[in-house]
Amino acid sequence: GHQAEAARFQSARCLFVLLPFFLGVAQAVDRSNFKTCDQSSFCKRQRDIKAGQSPYRALLETMELTNSRLTLQLINDNNKVRLLLELYRLQGNMTRVKINELKPLKPRYEVPDVLIQDPPTEPLSVVAQDENGVVLSLGADEQRLIVSARPFRLDIVEGPKVLLSLNSRGLLVFEHLRLRKDTKSQDDAEDGEGAEKTEQQAAEGDQLKEEEELPGTWEETFKTHTDTKPNGPTSISLDFSFPGVEHVYGIPEHADTLKLKTTDGGDPYRLYNLDVFQYELHNPMALYGAVPVLLSHNTERTMGVFWLNAAETWVDISSNTAGKTVFGKMLDFVQGSSETPQTDVRWISEAGIIDVFIMLGPKPSDVFSQYASLTGTQAFPPLSALGYHQCRWNYNDQEDVRGVDQGLDDHDIPCDFIWLDIEHTDGKRYFTWDPNKFSQPKDMLQGLKDKRRNLVAIVDPHIKVDSNFKVHNEIRSRNFYVKNKDGGDYEGWCWPGNAGYPDFTNAEMRAWWASMFAYDQYEGSMENMYTWNDMNEPSVFNGPEVTMHKDALHGSWEHREVHNIYGLYVHRATAEGLIQRSGGVERPFVLTRAFFAGSQRYGAVWTGDNAAEWGHLKISLPMCLSLGLVGISFCGADVGGFFKAPSTELLVRWYQAGAYQPFFRAHAHLDTPRREPWLFGPENTALIREAVRQRYALLPFWYQQFYNAHRTGQPVMRALWVEYPEDSVTFDIEDEYLLGRDLLVHPVTEEGLKSLTAYLPGKREVWYDVHTFKKHAGGQSLYIPVTMSSIPAFQRGGSIITRKDRVRRSSACMENDPYTLYVALSPEGTAEGELYIDDGHTFSYEKNKAFIHRRLTFNDGVLSSSNLALDSQFTTASWVEKIIFLGARKPASVTLKTAGWSWGSETRVEFEYDSALEVLSLRKPGVNAGADWTVLLR
Amino acid sequence: MLCAQLLFPLSLFLGLSATVEVQRPRGVPLSKRQFYEEGKPFTCLDGSRTVPFDRVNDDYCDCKDGSDEPGTAACPNGSFHCTNAGHRPAFIPSSRINDGICDCCDTTDEYNSGATCKNTCREMGRRERESLQKLAEITKEGFLLKQQLIEEAKRKKEEKQSKLTELQAGKRDVEEKVEALRTVKETAEQPEKEAKERHLKAWEEQKAVIRMEKDKAKMAEAFLELDDDADGYVSVAELQSHAELDPNSDGSLTEEEVQGLLGGADKVDTSSFENIWGNLKDKYVSESQAENPSSLETAPEETKEPVTDNESEPYPEDDIGVEEDDEEEEDDDDDTHEDFEDKVRSFFTAQKARDDFEESERALREIDDQVKNIEKELSFDFGPSAEFTYLYSQCYELTTSEYIYKICPFNRVSQKPKFGGSETNLGSWGSWAGPDDNKYTVMKYEHGTGCWQGPSRSTTVKLTCGKETTVTSTSEPSRCEYLMEFTTPAVCQEPLPVNVVHVDGHSDHVEL
Repeated sequence: GHQAEAARFQSARCLFVLLPFFLGVAQAVDRSNFKTCDQSSFCKRQRDIKAGQSPYRALLETMELTNSRLTLQLINDNNKVRLLLELYRLQGNMTRVKINELKPLKPRYEVPDVLIQDPPTEPLSVVAQDENGVVLSLGADEQRLIVSARPFRLDIVEGPKVLLSLNSRGLLVFEHLRLRKDTKSQDDAEDGEGAEKTEQQAAEGDQLKEEEELPGTWEETFKTHTDTKPNGPTSISLDFSFPGVEHVYGIPEHADTLKLKTTDGGDPYRLYNLDVFQYELHNPMALYGAVPVLLSHNTERTMGVFWLNAAETWVDISSNTAGKTVFGKMLDFVQGSSETPQTDVRWISEAGIIDVFIMLGPKPSDVFSQYASLTGTQAFPPLSALGYHQCRWNYNDQEDVRGVDQGLDDHDIPCDFIWLDIEHTDGKRYFTWDPNKFSQPKDMLQGLKDKRRNLVAIVDPHIKVDSNFKVHNEIRSRNFYVKNKDGGDYEGWCWPGNAGYPDFTNAEMRAWWASMFAYDQYEGSMENMYTWNDMNEPSVFNGPEVTMHKDALHGSWEHREVHNIYGLYVHRATAEGLIQRSGGVERPFVLTRAFFAGSQRYGAVWTGDNAAEWGHLKISLPMCLSLGLVGISFCGADVGGFFKAPSTELLVRWYQAGAYQPFFRAHAHLDTPRREPWLFGPENTALIREAVRQRYALLPFWYQQFYNAHRTGQPVMRALWVEYPEDSVTFDIEDEYLLGRDLLVHPVTEEGLKSLTAYLPGKREVWYDVHTFKKHAGGQSLYIPVTMSSIPAFQRGGSIITRKDRVRRSSACMENDPYTLYVALSPEGTAEGELYIDDGHTFSYEKNKAFIHRRLTFNDGVLSSSNLALDSQFTTASWVEKIIFLGARKPASVTLKTAGWSWGSETRVEFEYDSALEVLSLRKPGVNAGADWTVLLR
Repeated sequence: MLCAQLLFPLSLFLGLSATVEVQRPRGVPLSKRQFYEEGKPFTCLDGSRTVPFDRVNDDYCDCKDGSDEPGTAACPNGSFHCTNAGHRPAFIPSSRINDGICDCCDTTDEYNSGATCKNTCREMGRRERESLQKLAEITKEGFLLKQQLIEEAKRKKEEKQSKLTELQAGKRDVEEKVEALRTVKETAEQPEKEAKERHLKAWEEQKAVIRMEKDKAKMAEAFLELDDDADGYVSVAELQSHAELDPNSDGSLTEEEVQGLLGGADKVDTSSFENIWGNLKDKYVSESQAENPSSLETAPEETKEPVTDNESEPYPEDDIGVEEDDEEEEDDDDDTHEDFEDKVRSFFTAQKARDDFEESERALREIDDQVKNIEKELSFDFGPSAEFTYLYSQCYELTTSEYIYKICPFNRVSQKPKFGGSETNLGSWGSWAGPDDNKYTVMKYEHGTGCWQGPSRSTTVKLTCGKETTVTSTSEPSRCEYLMEFTTPAVCQEPLPVNVVHVDGHSDHVEL
């Protein structure tokens, strides 16, 4: 991934276009290329409206209630425009609130293709009703939804407690579709002089003033770009109040802290997929992707708000305790006079409708399940994609690729993928190969296949306008390009020079795009070649804010309405292409830079064009944690940093951190010196090798975590508070995290560090250092001295983690290797875990139930493996070579019982015991990993 | 002999898997066979523990050093020995045993993975022997060439050194000659110098006269111009119209100020005007000049004698001959004919002396240049035996699909687009940059043309032994860091006294 960094262009014309980038190359982002709220007319308009009495009133007499759906009209007393409110109670403890114009001049955009189905509903019943409002039952736990009529507001309560209020600050704003004033006055003139009111207004019988039209309402200019806004103002806004909440999270993607900050006095968090050149840390500016999901959390409850809208969106956050010091809060507490802490959130979008899903938790895991039931879960990646990825812009030619592959073997560094960036193509024509540098792609791919490795080639969604380019000609002749406001094919500048942008919102277009990945269409492709979608925000070098003009057209919809979902569609069409090329057999692997709610279903994302700086290494944790909270588990940052050259120390530390993040890929900018792992002296090569080896040893654990994420929607990489929701110490922690619930990682992310302090959560937990097996009590901050080889990581007592300690050069090579079980005992002397095995790359696990899923439990001295999926069928050659008990007493004897005809017969198992560390190692139980067995410690 | 060697290992290979297992555990090199004695407890090679022999290669790692599992992938740090009959034996990491990838050419690493490996040892051995043989031939011939190069370099160096000595001796002569000629020149220039000084003085005097006359003319002109009513007096009113004369430059020329300019008088006649002209002339702008600024500049006098308006201009020495001629015409009356002949004679004498002197100086400079060049050349590190000397001041090219690459060893590397466009400097000679024990195998060229947002270009040149001196390939592995492969006999090592092919064959024999 790489942004409009100009020098690559040959054309003199584009020099002018890219001038701003030259000016901006200094160190960080050129902020002037991107709008502030003040420069975005709808955001400014909306934000100028302050909290107060809402002009909206619910017309209770219009209420209609079917089994699961309640509708009623809202009226704005200032302009008499009516809205239609729809309320649904959804299965799984969710409420959906939809607000649209009752009679819009034309349909307003409702985001399709994000929900995996029409969310199943549950009966909604009226508990009470009078002229002030309606009380509806939400079923569980005394939960009620209260609709207040004047002014209109919604409150969700549980018993006497208010969980969440909507429009309690009166910030429901709905800019209704209207005719342009000049057009209207013409109409009026035709109707006759003095006709001041529309019929509707006249019918209302009210004296209405023309709403004041602010500049930017019908046309807006940013820098040299004019947005013609033919539909005028269409923005919407709604406020949400969370009483008792001081912590909110989510709404990625921002290079900011895990815990969201209040936005008073600054810009709101912005959600607008943008290609930001050299992004800055710790600010609310928009980045490459947008997931409009916000989580609230306190010690009692976690909730979520999913704002389903694909237009440019801003989120304001304020808090009544934000300014208070700890002492101030204490004083309030002592005096007993404190107001309840409260966090207020306001969503503002430029177009579309209000469509909100309120996920009521109450546990973090419930919110994840609820959101997964709406938008789906993480795609289950091929096992190889969880290995190490070696990327660079660019590996120069086939010989270079061969050399890197060989270098990895020469230095014994495992790797599953080598990547090719844009230079591999013939003049940035995707789906083609440079005829000189990559003249025999199949030879190259076969070479990698012989090493059981894979390749990723980039395919970006901008298509070179070139009448000799087949892909362009086809898209043009099929009329698949996005159109400009005047109806011609939209064209913009990107890597190839002048480019067209296929309309990925069009299902026919996506089907055609998918067909392009067929082996006979994509010349030189093979089954071990996968795809990378970059620049799919979409990036348009000469467009406003380096993206597409908002008045460009996707069929009848404006780009304004679909902007944030464009990247998801590109990702989806590509992933579907990879599935189809194998006849639906093989799982795809596609990396995307732009994303939206639901993108988790299509593959991996990375945090875009970061830089080789310690701050960027550090921020990669909260950035991926935030994505995990909103369903996207397969996240990673460019190891080493994309821009600039990392110091050797930074590179090593980044490998160590990256080895414990879901997507593990080293990447580098074209203008930086080479940085393959063996180029920094034998000592550093050894440090990097060790980090990568730790990753590979843990692949079975990673794979099982992804299977779990795929099945349940629980994140792989988790903020501590997700597992310890009642421990408020964890609420701000973002320099360490959990993988699943059992592995706690605190990577070194600071230069020259000699020690660090890791928080080990859980007062009743114990944690075992995975490297030394030393036991530490939970509920404490642990001082840890670190050296260059340290990657502090701890296994939770009570867990069983499976590893393959025979690390080989790629994941495929390790397929049949035996497992080692790490049984870390809880203070009660118990442990449990899971083991998942399948073929590692096909959909057979789904279609044919071809997998092994086992529960491993240790209780009362008995460790047993039992089948979690009785109807599944799979055989593995892998066996259990070793079982290591951490925190165990020395047994007198160890015996093994296996299933089958010999069930019941016991064999003795040899063991070793380290009394200082309380580590018991069983030698070679030798049972098949898919079998039922028990081990008895006596 | 050759036939026998090829057939012998083949016949034995057919029974390999059976025999090797019996003789020693899988993956153990012959040199360590004695540590693995069938039926006897095995002690890890690091001595850390002893295990029953059935734990050797039982697919479980018992020894910290991995020595109990030479033939399985159980130990993370183990290594596996492939015999590779027909080719070269090798060690591979244990992790490559049964990983589905054929690493040993004799296929012994993939005994249980289902990978279908083909024994390629014979073929590889043959190819390697061939290429080794070829390499040996190249090395042999290259090494001979290298000897010639060394000889040549030695001769060249001696030549250069004697040339240097010669030059340095010659230089002393020339230096003396230069000094002598300088004296001759200075002597010869004496009369000319005097004549010149005399002339210069006359010139200065004449210039003063001319300037005065011009000033007078200008004054008269100014008087006439100023005396608007032609009454023979310049009055205060008449002068007031010339605002440029304002002494305090405040924009207004008052009566008082004008009176001051007129020396306190109300009006002046021509003779008094002469006295106050000094107050006016620096600022005075002629009315005609103001209206038509070019009219005076094109006056013949002005063009003929530009000197009068620019006193700082030096005496036109270079044009002395010509000036002399010009002056001659004008000064005909002043200078006698004798004087003239004298001057010409002294001029030609001096000119010759000057030419002689300059020529000798040039000769000295040339010698200096030659000395400098030779010293520079001698200062280069042309290798331990100066075998790289012959590359000096040569250039070699390689044409690729896009560019023509050029290396001029010890000077610079450059790149030029094949189809037009300017040359890019890929680095100037920096240093030898091979590893410490083999410094003279890599050259580094640095500080080439800068890269956009990046470092300046540099080139690493890898030298390999070859009969020809040529560029074999170029690449840009990292942005603006080029790599060039270059063959030259100068790096050819002395061929090994023992035949490589024979050693391989021998080892095969022993292994089996």
